[in-house]
Amino acid sequence: MSDTSLRLVWVYPDLLSTYGDQGNALVVERRAQQRGLAVQREDIRSDQPIPTSGDIYLIGGGEDRPQRLAAERLVRDGGLNRAVDNGAIIFSVCAGYQILGREFVNDLGETSQGLGLLDVTSTRGEADRCVGDVLGDIDERLNLPQLTGFENHQGITHLGPTARPLARVRLGRGNGTGDGTEGAWNDTVFGTYMHGPVLARNPQIADLLVKLALDVNALPPTDDRWYEALREERITAATQPA
Amino acid sequence: MAGNTEPLSPRSRLAVTAGRAAAAVSRAAGRGSGSVIGGKVALRLDPDLLARVAQHLDVVLVSATNGKTTTTRLIAEALRANGGVVSNALGANMPAGITSALAGGAEEQYGVIEVDEKYLAGVARDVTPKAIALLNLSRDQLDRAGETRMLAERWREGLQGQKAVIIANADDPLVVWAASSSPNVVWVAAGQEWKDDAWSCPSCGGVMQRPDDDWFCAECGFRRPTPSWALSGDHVLDPHGSAWPISLQLPGRANKANAATSAAVAAAFGVAPQVALERMGSVTAVAGRYDVVQYAGRDIRLLLAKNPAGWLETFSLIDAPPAPVLLSVNARGADGTDTSWLWDVDYSRLAGHPICVIGDRKLDLAVRLEVAGVDFQVCNDADDAVRRCPPGRIEAIANYTAFQDLRRVVGN
Ligand SMILES: [Zn+2]
Repeated sequence: MSDTSLRLVWVYPDLLSTYGDQGNALVVERRAQQRGLAVQREDIRSDQPIPTSGDIYLIGGGEDRPQRLAAERLVRDGGLNRAVDNGAIIFSVCAGYQILGREFVNDLGETSQGLGLLDVTSTRGEADRCVGDVLGDIDERLNLPQLTGFENHQGITHLGPTARPLARVRLGRGNGTGDGTEGAWNDTVFGTYMHGPVLARNPQIADLLVKLALDVNALPPTDDRWYEALREERITAATQPA
Repeated sequence: MAGNTEPLSPRSRLAVTAGRAAAAVSRAAGRGSGSVIGGKVALRLDPDLLARVAQHLDVVLVSATNGKTTTTRLIAEALRANGGVVSNALGANMPAGITSALAGGAEEQYGVIEVDEKYLAGVARDVTPKAIALLNLSRDQLDRAGETRMLAERWREGLQGQKAVIIANADDPLVVWAASSSPNVVWVAAGQEWKDDAWSCPSCGGVMQRPDDDWFCAECGFRRPTPSWALSGDHVLDPHGSAWPISLQLPGRANKANAATSAAVAAAFGVAPQVALERMGSVTAVAGRYDVVQYAGRDIRLLLAKNPAGWLETFSLIDAPPAPVLLSVNARGADGTDTSWLWDVDYSRLAGHPICVIGDRKLDLAVRLEVAGVDFQVCNDADDAVRRCPPGRIEAIANYTAFQDLRRVVGN
């Protein structure tokens, strides 16, 4: 963390901000401020260089062509990889998750190079788009409550040996590989197919990102009654479909 | 501009009759206006029916993400200066509903038709329109409608070589991309507050530059066309540079934009702007939207907002604080089941208003408002919410099925 404030970078909102992804930035910003931290949020468009000294980077989902363009520009820029070398925390969703991997299949049916920050490769599924509420158990090493989110994607993401699944789904499709895994992580880089936005549905993941960035084990408590009420409602709705 | 009139074939006449019968059954069974179910039966009997029922009409199609129902109504009012109009005024805007509505217009001169964005290309092919009004395109129901840019692409392909005059919003890059494949376009500077679906050039993918009200792509040269009509404050500027006052009873900037587009459409049919705009001034509410109803000693203004662009335009027209605001959001099939769009709406703009929250997804709203840092109360239902507000005006903003629920409760 820089001397005076938490530097939060939202990567390419012009290309990767389709499913309320701004919500993830708003939730991290709000929860850090509630802990008395000054937050410096930077929204970096795809014609601007990626700053390399940020603390937390957020990358959202997007449509197929913007995803390809974003990957091309991020590979050319190289700033995200340098930021990770500098110790930054990265949290990515859907199209952004695929971009952080080694490669993915783009809108032209070709293979696009990813950033290689997560040991995953993505292809496109033949099945219908997977749309709906998801419920999962997060990797126990992260010590977090159940994952709740909304998925809307057609991707299939295979995890390599150095990526751990972020969660195991009880309901929903997640990585689409049929093995019940959802998302991936490797200490400082996280990826998920969950929208919702996912950090509004899972504020403790937002807190985890802040803790990792600050290198602390705990944060002061916040009044989370509305988050808790929403989580309870969504988890119930996912397990008892109307 | 009247089309040639040819009697319906026996099969078409049978289809219309069967469709009417089904609509009557649907109405009797209490399933709404009956126009959609009637149209479905009719289309099954004769797939060419839509073309046939439209054959004698001068047809105007209206499509957009937001404002199409209102604009359809405004254009219909304006064209009545010249002759009879048939319209799908109840908002049944897919082929079946359109067929059903037009089947009742055998004696009319004009057909003014709202078309769902996804069906525009097909309907434009079937009904041989004289004019097509395109207002805006933005994210809406992402779980169902798919990609906004792909929708613009489908419009573009469907409108290629279209003989109708296209009246299109020069301030929405996606609409311009869609319309500019057509040879005959009248550009209207109608404005567009929401910009977050057009930062990427629809032509080449470059980053769009948007200084002030202008926009262009520095990479491929795709840029805002020079408009011949414009909305300028409370006036419509026509191609001769004359300014005509807008005196709508409908509130908000977006409706002034709809009036500007409607005036340009009316002019294409020979109705002068002054006449058209005067007639538009008689419209008070559209399918319950903008209606002010009295309930429990309060005056509740009913505002429909279905997507981020719609909420943004709605926030700019409500009364200033301390006017209380009632928000209601559902996520049923017709609304889209994904609520993540709430995070694309800047709810911090409601700071200072007392806010009451209801609807199936009031807890999603509660978290959204908590993160926006504004005060709010989560209420049991509409009645509870209204009674927590002081007597006077309440601005009630709801998405699609939440709006219908609210109308039922407050008796509109
Ligand atoms: Zn371009």
